[in-house]
Amino acid sequence: MFKVLEERQKQVFTKGKDSTEIACGKQSAAGSVSQRACVFCGSRVVLYPIADALHLIHGPVGCAAYTWDIRGSLSSGPQLHRLSFSTDLQEKDVVFGGEPKLYGALIKLIEKYKPAAAFVYSTCIVGIIGDDVAAICRKVEQETKIRVLPVNSEGFSGTKKDGYKAACDVLEKIVGTGSIRETGKYPLNILGDFNLAGELWMLEKYYKRMGVDVISSITGDGRINNIAHAHNAKLNLVQCSGSMIHLAKSMEEKYEIPFKKVSYFGIEDMSEALYEVARFFKSDELMEKARELVREEIGELVPALEKYRKALTGKKAAIYVGGAFKAISLVKALRLIGVQTVVVGSQTGNEDDYALLQKLCDEGTFIVDDSNPLELSHMVKETGADIFIGGVKERPIAYKIGIGFCDHNHERKLALAGYEGMLNFAKEVYASAMSPVWKYIRNKSLDSSHQ
Amino acid sequence: MVMKDKITNKIDGLTRGHGEVKEYIATRNACKLCTPLGACLAYKGIKGCVPLIHGSQGCATYIRRYMISHYREPVDIASSNFDEGATIFGGKQNVHQAISNIIKQYNPEVLGVTTTCLSETIGDDVKQFMSEYIRDTELENLPKFVTASTPSYQGSHADGFHEAVLGAVSSLAKHTQKGEHINIFPGMFSPADLRYLKHVLESFGQDYVLLPDYSETLDGSSWSEYKRIPEGGTPKEEIARTADALLSIQFGLVFNKAGQSTYKKGGGTSQTAATYLENEYQVPSVSLPWPIGVEANDLFFNTLTEMSGVERPAEIERERGRLIDAYADGHKYVFGKRAVIFGEEDLVLAIYRFLNEIGVDVIVIASGGKSGLLKEKIEEIAGEKELPTIMSNADFEDIATISEELKPDLMIGHSKGYYIARNLNIPLIRIGFPIHDRLGGQRIQHIGYEGTNDLFEKIVNSMIEFNQTKSEVGYKYM
Repeated sequence: MFKVLEERQKQVFTKGKDSTEIACGKQSAAGSVSQRACVFCGSRVVLYPIADALHLIHGPVGCAAYTWDIRGSLSSGPQLHRLSFSTDLQEKDVVFGGEPKLYGALIKLIEKYKPAAAFVYSTCIVGIIGDDVAAICRKVEQETKIRVLPVNSEGFSGTKKDGYKAACDVLEKIVGTGSIRETGKYPLNILGDFNLAGELWMLEKYYKRMGVDVISSITGDGRINNIAHAHNAKLNLVQCSGSMIHLAKSMEEKYEIPFKKVSYFGIEDMSEALYEVARFFKSDELMEKARELVREEIGELVPALEKYRKALTGKKAAIYVGGAFKAISLVKALRLIGVQTVVVGSQTGNEDDYALLQKLCDEGTFIVDDSNPLELSHMVKETGADIFIGGVKERPIAYKIGIGFCDHNHERKLALAGYEGMLNFAKEVYASAMSPVWKYIRNKSLDSSHQ
Repeated sequence: MVMKDKITNKIDGLTRGHGEVKEYIATRNACKLCTPLGACLAYKGIKGCVPLIHGSQGCATYIRRYMISHYREPVDIASSNFDEGATIFGGKQNVHQAISNIIKQYNPEVLGVTTTCLSETIGDDVKQFMSEYIRDTELENLPKFVTASTPSYQGSHADGFHEAVLGAVSSLAKHTQKGEHINIFPGMFSPADLRYLKHVLESFGQDYVLLPDYSETLDGSSWSEYKRIPEGGTPKEEIARTADALLSIQFGLVFNKAGQSTYKKGGGTSQTAATYLENEYQVPSVSLPWPIGVEANDLFFNTLTEMSGVERPAEIERERGRLIDAYADGHKYVFGKRAVIFGEEDLVLAIYRFLNEIGVDVIVIASGGKSGLLKEKIEEIAGEKELPTIMSNADFEDIATISEELKPDLMIGHSKGYYIARNLNIPLIRIGFPIHDRLGGQRIQHIGYEGTNDLFEKIVNSMIEFNQTKSEVGYKYM
């Protein structure tokens, strides 16, 4: 067993070997090279897809520069979310305060871009220099008559998860500001899908085929007005539970809208996400339509998957992603195509997620919270994984030691949700795991014959 | 033209150092990155070095992500991971814990610390923290500590880069016995550029210290075992030797003029690694323009000949010949084409000089940097030529606005200008950092006669391809 930092011992778990519960939700150990970002990052990724809002980042330029056009969240209309706005604080602003700059930026930007609302993200130094961001937002709100909402996202004030919460706090203020509307018989909101590569649109199609009325999507392909009317729904479907659970809970309390946790990755979870809706509305009509849809989709998908399953059976995968809920779906989806998960971890999973992962995974699987490159590379080596499922920062770990990689993070251009997405996923895993290039890295005899 | 005047005026005001004349909007799609990124890049060029950012976890992660997407290599950067307690009571505990954890995990030879907006604002003294760590720790085999003061509200990534090189030299340079070697301080060159420099110096038989050297650490081969720290980089012993060099050559005209160390000195000339060595150890220094184009390369190679007493090798001479031959073959396709160039100040200055050589009309030069030197340096290069619109402290929306109005034929710069080129339906020739939307950004060679040739051909071919695609019938000969 490789050496794990003392502070992190309880965050690395081997199924069948360790009996204690996995520790999670902790601040990352200093110097551990965590793959996590910060509170700001958590808020930014959640609110990012709201396409008709102005997203102004109050601080020095880095935080805005690194999040410019960062997510593949598609919009069917405005593209304002893809611009990066920063107050770009300078030394003199740090000394004398950034409020005048923030005020000036808001007024000018709102005048120029006419957004439906504005979000002002606080970065690390804003709290320290004592800018009263909320007061400036109120003032600009009064003058411009649009919502100007501060996001309390100082990077140091917790973990990425706290950033999710900060984003939900802001969304709460928007939900319910719209009117009460006539809806269809089965109105629901989709929470926690970010419309990467148009995934939301696929889901909406499925629900439409069932006869379900999607009132609002938060925040994929999001619009302020649409979110404002979210309280007209009778059910919240929550994916990526880590980021949106706060909003779901608050809407349950405030508007008595119950929520169901779902996932759209893999056949099992996708189908369950449809059945769950039918069960919730206690509608035979919906259930019948859901079954029909699943039958149709699976009828096409399963034969199409066969080729990949056959080729991939016996392969081993390592998963390290942001949210553990996604990791759970990935374990199942990989199993469906014959791939066994040998390492699974996340940046922000909670106790329930990890408990479920423990139940789901095979003996000997590493389960890890808030990991780092050294741990991940050791685990990959120890388990002999053939493919890594992760994000940009995990990619070079895989490629350097010669194993396949599938991008399951927010930069991707490939839809991986739903039935179509399952096929894309299988193709992607196949294309990387089966590539002939790895033999030049992994096969030592080739290496020596070259020398 | 009202728009153009407005922008030009605003920029003029800035470059003359009269403060922000520009009607303040905000920075929209920044054409610069934050200071610690540049420092981390420089630290990646020191052998056995792990960079440590004294700030929030996000600073390290964002910078890693940004660099990985360009270099496509593991980029491990540690964070002291500020929390609320550290923000109120100071980050000393966090830094100390981070150092211990880095030593346990990576066992580095050098630990390169960068500060951030957060740590600088609360007044943390990282140098002091390091001394206390060394005094109090029970761990043995401590790494060497290097620090750079890089608050992101002061300067941009280009400044951070030079600050960290300066930090490395001021911590590690040590006089023993005067040597025969020269110091080479490149700018933010690509790994391919650094490899070329080493090759050139070796071909001259000239002993040298190149700092930083991330030619292997950020563009390495594949591994059979995961490496905690990638191989390559300038060894600390070599950095020590910089104090005894015959001469320092630093490439650039601007350096870290907007960086913290220059600022602390009260502005004026940048405090760089080379000027530091000049002041502390009497190592003379010369600043050369980035060697892009015939003239800039002649200058560099003549300097090498003077230094080493060795005539330029025949191989280099042939490279020069081929470049000039290529100029002749391709000149027609680029002559009079109107270009917008953007990026770090030292990069755009080098590209401007080169484009003047090949008859491309540069109509806009934009940089997110704001040294206050850009206009003056451009005037020096331009001579009698009509000046382009010069945009200091520019962002991409400024560049988009003026480009829409002036309708250039091509753009030259990094990936982030893609959306402007796409809207204008003109070629973007990708150079510099970051190249996030193409493979091989780390292997673009910009410098030397050879790199210039690559660059020249890329520009010519982009123009040919553009016309070929536009042509109704297509054609097989250019």
